[in-house]
Amino acid sequence: MKILRPKDVKTKGMRQINVRGGSQRVLALCLLFVHFESLPYGERLQGSTMKDADIKRLFYVHIFCIVSIILTTFIPSFFLEDFSVLETHLTWLCICSMCVAIINVVLYLQVKPNPSSKRSSIFHKISRLLKSCVYFFISCLLFHAIIVLYGAPLIELMLETFLFAVILSTFTTLPCLCLLGPNIKAWLRVFTRNGATSIWDNSLQITTMSSVIGAWLGAFPIPLDWERPWQVWPISCTLGATFGYMAGLLISPVWIYRNRKQLTYKSR
Amino acid sequence: MLKALVLLFLAWVCFLFYAGIGLFTSGFLLTRLELTNHSSCQELPGKGTLVGSGRGRRVVFMGDDTWEGLFPGAFSQAFFFPSFNVKDLHTVDNGILEHLYPTMDRDDWDLLIAHFLGVDHCGHKHGPHHPEMAKKLNQMDQMLQTLVEQLENDTLLVVAGDHGMTETGDHGGDSKPEVMAALFLYSPLPLFPGASLKDPEVVPQVNLVPTLALLLGLPIPFGNIGEVMVDLFSGEGDTQPLATALAQASAYHLNAQQVSRFLHAYSLAAQDLPPEELQHLQNLFSSASSEYEQLLDQLKTGEVREADIQALISQLRLFLRGARTACTETWARFRPARMIGGTILLASTCLLCLITSRLTSSPDFPFHCLLLRAVVWGLAGAVLLAGGLMAAGIGLEPSLLCAGSAATSLIAFLWALKSRESSSMTVFLPGPLPILVLLFLRSAALFSDSFVVAEAWAAPFLLRSLSLFLVAQLHWEGRLLVGVSTACLSSPTASLARREGPRALGLLVGLLLCVRLSILFHRCPEETPVCQSSPWLAPLATMAGGQAKNLWYGACLGTLGVLVLAVRFWLRRCGNLNSPAPPVLFVRWGLPLMALGTAAHWALASGTDEAPPRLQALVSGAVVGLPRAVLALAAIGLGLLLWQPVTVLVKTGASSSNHIIVPFVGPPASQADLDYVVPQIYRRMQEALRGKLARGGGQTPLALAAYGLGSVYSAAVVTALALLAFPLLLLHTERISLAFLILFLQSFLLLQLLATAVGTPAGSPGPFSVPWLAISAWALTATQTFYSTGHQPVFPAIHWNAAFVGFTEGHGSSPVLPALLVGANTFASHLLFSVGCPLLLLWPFVCEGQGSTKRKKTLASGTEVGGEKEEEPLMEMRLRDSPHHFNAALLQLGLKYLFILGVQVLACVLAASILRRHLMVWKVFAPKFIFEAVGFVVSSLGLLLGVALVMWVDRAVGSWFKQLILSQER
Repeated sequence: MKILRPKDVKTKGMRQINVRGGSQRVLALCLLFVHFESLPYGERLQGSTMKDADIKRLFYVHIFCIVSIILTTFIPSFFLEDFSVLETHLTWLCICSMCVAIINVVLYLQVKPNPSSKRSSIFHKISRLLKSCVYFFISCLLFHAIIVLYGAPLIELMLETFLFAVILSTFTTLPCLCLLGPNIKAWLRVFTRNGATSIWDNSLQITTMSSVIGAWLGAFPIPLDWERPWQVWPISCTLGATFGYMAGLLISPVWIYRNRKQLTYKSR
Repeated sequence: MLKALVLLFLAWVCFLFYAGIGLFTSGFLLTRLELTNHSSCQELPGKGTLVGSGRGRRVVFMGDDTWEGLFPGAFSQAFFFPSFNVKDLHTVDNGILEHLYPTMDRDDWDLLIAHFLGVDHCGHKHGPHHPEMAKKLNQMDQMLQTLVEQLENDTLLVVAGDHGMTETGDHGGDSKPEVMAALFLYSPLPLFPGASLKDPEVVPQVNLVPTLALLLGLPIPFGNIGEVMVDLFSGEGDTQPLATALAQASAYHLNAQQVSRFLHAYSLAAQDLPPEELQHLQNLFSSASSEYEQLLDQLKTGEVREADIQALISQLRLFLRGARTACTETWARFRPARMIGGTILLASTCLLCLITSRLTSSPDFPFHCLLLRAVVWGLAGAVLLAGGLMAAGIGLEPSLLCAGSAATSLIAFLWALKSRESSSMTVFLPGPLPILVLLFLRSAALFSDSFVVAEAWAAPFLLRSLSLFLVAQLHWEGRLLVGVSTACLSSPTASLARREGPRALGLLVGLLLCVRLSILFHRCPEETPVCQSSPWLAPLATMAGGQAKNLWYGACLGTLGVLVLAVRFWLRRCGNLNSPAPPVLFVRWGLPLMALGTAAHWALASGTDEAPPRLQALVSGAVVGLPRAVLALAAIGLGLLLWQPVTVLVKTGASSSNHIIVPFVGPPASQADLDYVVPQIYRRMQEALRGKLARGGGQTPLALAAYGLGSVYSAAVVTALALLAFPLLLLHTERISLAFLILFLQSFLLLQLLATAVGTPAGSPGPFSVPWLAISAWALTATQTFYSTGHQPVFPAIHWNAAFVGFTEGHGSSPVLPALLVGANTFASHLLFSVGCPLLLLWPFVCEGQGSTKRKKTLASGTEVGGEKEEEPLMEMRLRDSPHHFNAALLQLGLKYLFILGVQVLACVLAASILRRHLMVWKVFAPKFIFEAVGFVVSSLGLLLGVALVMWVDRAVGSWFKQLILSQER
């Protein structure tokens, strides 16, 4: 496995994200910057040191994701009138999924947990990008189909259901695309018992599962007669998925850290 | 002053049904007083009491003959007409119309009751939006017009509906359209003060009785807690407000006196009215009556102000309403001791099921000595408890005693178990974590009224989650798709996965689709604007359009055809359709005949009204006869199945090695031919000789082919299910047959998926067991099917029409047969799924043989099985090879299924008893509990039948083997 130098990471990441983010985001990035600075790095890190460094990096990336999701709940209210997560839920959904998508792409591009393939021509990159987009769209459609099969209305509220599928894909498929590339075989491999080949794969397993379980749990309050605004389809499910994703982001570094002795990876 | 008055008439929700059943099933006991009181709320509110107390008056009755049984001899003259047949719209009404006007003209009556039934029956049969309903309403309008014209000046006409109807024409629930009816009062003399028609006053139904009683000059019936309608009381013909107010006050006072007497008597008889409430009411009454006395005194002496009277009236009204609220709130009485006893009994039974299902896997466990000990302990516990109860001065409660003995015997059993083997807590855990989570969710959902109402969605949700989880787990273990990580897989599993992977995915998608489609047949628990019942639940007879009706009928026919063909196809594929056994012949010819009968019945039933009058008699005869014929056919089929359950075709000498290959016809011509044939003849003779020898020694196998032996058990169960399904299909409305088709498809897919995913027997002779996951999925499917066939666990949603399938004329007085028919309709899914439960055990073995194209099993009459014959799939004969494990597995399967159902019933019981003061207890929890409990009983019976059927087949197969060996030896 190729070991990255956090120095490269921070400079590139800074430049790219600075252009997009607001002031808070810069602040968060500065935090990230400080922590990356303190990472131990060298020519070749072996064994547990390497793993610890990776776990730390994973942790910071995840914290950054969580902070950005939290920020999406109130930053847009500065720019948009009448913005609130519950009342203008679809707007929030779009913003949140865009934000998570951008951060995922940028961070993973910069952190590059998995070595990229040897071929790196422009054409190859573009084809990968296109393929990724197509895969993402297909996964949205698949999620939509599964949600409808699960009992969501078929014709009414189609936009809501589709946006729910989009945010679910953002939490599950997009990290897969970033980490593993448009390679279904690799995805399927990761989601088997002994399929993980790095801590990134493990964290992918945990975040994906927790997002899906969160969305699943989010369906439970819908029949209750509490008549709260968040019981309306699909708000509780999207919120559940978001909380599940955030929980997964928090849990995965902790779990990996606690099980770091047991985790041994075969190189492919 | 107006001549007429229209009011909104609010029916009381009847607890009658709940109370009657509640007596038998639980600790809920409504007091007798309530029963008598509420029996008056079902039909006309005066029925229970007014007629009874009106002995001095001449009461004439015409209409519904149920009044005859309720008030024998109460009427001076009566015209009764049979009313039990809901489909009959005209008999009662025409009978009344014939007698009504002549009676009106005579002068020998004080009260005339005419109970029209046509509109109610029309609502049940056709729904509120049918042309028939328009005809019926027009007829009623005409009747009223004539009546109003003929009315004399001293007569009051009261037209009351006893209940409303839902969009489907049913009633009995407590939704607004069901309890709202109209009350129309008309008098040729202007009597009534002006009231707006737009927003009529709401009058509870119990108010009619005291009003009519006072108007007729009768005492108000003792048990009534209604309030007089003061608008009907006015002063002596003039319009003086003072006299009117006085008349109203005296009417109220009479009413209040009666209610106060009733409360007093009631509080002496039963102590369940809260004393402070009672005291408050008494104070209210005494102050009001003293005020009334004062008023009367003032009236004698001089002027009375109207405001005083009005104040008195409002005070009396306050008392009356307070009394009514207090009574309704406290008239539900509970027996906590019985509740606790029942709960303990159920819980210990569930625990016993769980533990025993664990123990069956260790076959040498000594059950016999434990049984004796448990019985002794249980008796001892019961005696001790009885002694304790007697000592404490509480009467002997049978349910508590049962619970005590069950609990002590269970404790003794556990104690013995612990001393025998050091078993840990795992005995108490039903299955792995996901099953625990599922069971927890399932039981917890029964404690929330919202989830009980939404169970129609919750059960399929859990089922989908379970099946998705199953496939996800399959993938997680690397068995779903190959080429991913072959490194960590051994080669046989990989080859297994190559075959299983896409199939499992396809099965999953099919299953999800089926579950989604079955939602289309849901019915709403009550009429709400949010939830709309499926329009397909109504019978085809209520459809007006010709084209759509024909299309739907075609679809139902297609469903029948597909069902028959699917059963035949499956049996043919298993090779069980070849033998000349009578059940096979029945499946070949009887099943299509049953489908034909069903289709013909549907055609006639949906178009009865359109038949030409000449054929009317024929059609009505066929409508009665066809369902009975189908039922009889099903009974014959089941009888044949029990008589000869082995559907196996035997072919002797089918093995190819026994053929003499003769390439020519005629005598051998050349030496070469002889060279070819003679050795074969020799070999053949040698074999025959060896076979003769083998009879003595039993060494060499003699080959013969038995078609369908590998699936002999499942073929019997599938045939039995098909035979059961047709009569049940007939009891439902036509279009639910589509739901039945989906149900069969879905359970087939589920079985295939479970067989693919959960546990292939993999050739092990060891203990067989059905995993918890499969059984939970099966139970969930049963629940889902209950809802997807248009049922709901509330009484108004029962398909009462099922009682008239094949009995259009009604049943006479015996309630057994209609109860059976309605019960079979309601609990069809419970019955089918519990009878089909053994399929869970058998299906993996059936699927084992699906890989190869051969559908026969070669068996050897000797002890050994030849080398090349071992490759043939043994299928269900694996079970026969180890009969002890087979029996244990059947027992375990039954226990596990019972446990899962029992936990649901337990949760319902707990919910209903813990939440007995909940707002929704009569509307949601109690009906759910009753349905779940009856469903549990039906499921247990069905399970017993299913397991018994498999064991019967096993016995028959055993004797078949014996016969075979005997015939081979001969």
